[in-house]
Amino acid sequence: MQEIICQTEAPADLFSAEAMVGLIFLMAVFLVVAGAVVAVASGGRVRSMRLVRAIAGLAVCFSGLAIVYYYLLSPFLAMMQLLIYVGAVSVLIAFGIMMATPDAGKLSGMKNPAALAGPLALGVGGLLFAGLTVLVARTQWQPWPRQKSGDIEAIGLSLLTTHSMVFELISIVLLMAIIGALVLARKGRS
Amino acid sequence: MFLLNLHNCLTTYLVLAALLFAFGMYGMVTRRTVIGMLISSELLLSAASTNFIAFSRFLAPDPATGQIFALFIMAIAAAEAAIAVSIMIAVYRNYKSVDTEDLVDLQG
Repeated sequence: MQEIICQTEAPADLFSAEAMVGLIFLMAVFLVVAGAVVAVASGGRVRSMRLVRAIAGLAVCFSGLAIVYYYLLSPFLAMMQLLIYVGAVSVLIAFGIMMATPDAGKLSGMKNPAALAGPLALGVGGLLFAGLTVLVARTQWQPWPRQKSGDIEAIGLSLLTTHSMVFELISIVLLMAIIGALVLARKGRS
Repeated sequence: MFLLNLHNCLTTYLVLAALLFAFGMYGMVTRRTVIGMLISSELLLSAASTNFIAFSRFLAPDPATGQIFALFIMAIAAAEAAIAVSIMIAVYRNYKSVDTEDLVDLQG
């Protein structure tokens, strides 16, 4: 079953178009992994810059993920990833860091974290990754024949027919989130 | 040379998503501030979206379903980020800190 999903004939010529496509994909994966590392790496003695670095790494990681989504034949989601995550969520969290972070002196005066937290978290994360990877490698995936194309037209049609209820619910949730954010951020201003 | 063909394999995407999830878990445990934890939670959500899109691309009869699910995850993540950032600003006004150790009122 695995052979159907993963055609293992590698491009013979390193300078062919297929090889270029593969190289660009590897670059996108590198962007994702490097951005994620920067986003969660804590440490360094300049502690006030840590969060700003983290949000920059998150933006890089999301840009790489947009390229990966393009390789997964969903260009609409790649665009949405760039628009929503890189353009909105990252910028929003950056504004939050600017507005709600104490000055550098107070950040560096933070109590040291528990000595066990870092290695323990590293162990848990490593175990999680190893277990999931082993599971993925051992599973015999059963592909279904594709009955429809997943292009933008199909997505729009099912958003307005099959998933119309959820579509309306999402819009209500977003409206409530806007109102709630306004109320929360305005309260207590003196 | 098989490295140049990785983008045709389902396994690649699932392993990448697992890696993102593990990074998000690590950050969620080790971060000291609420903002850092929010950044890690966005990584976790992205890993889930990647899994949905990968399965819809390689295994599903109708690829639109997984993509729409990922779209809803994005919308919920955006709403969650907006609420979380405004809560952080309110907390910072009251406590003058975003360190999770300082936000304890009930601890004796």
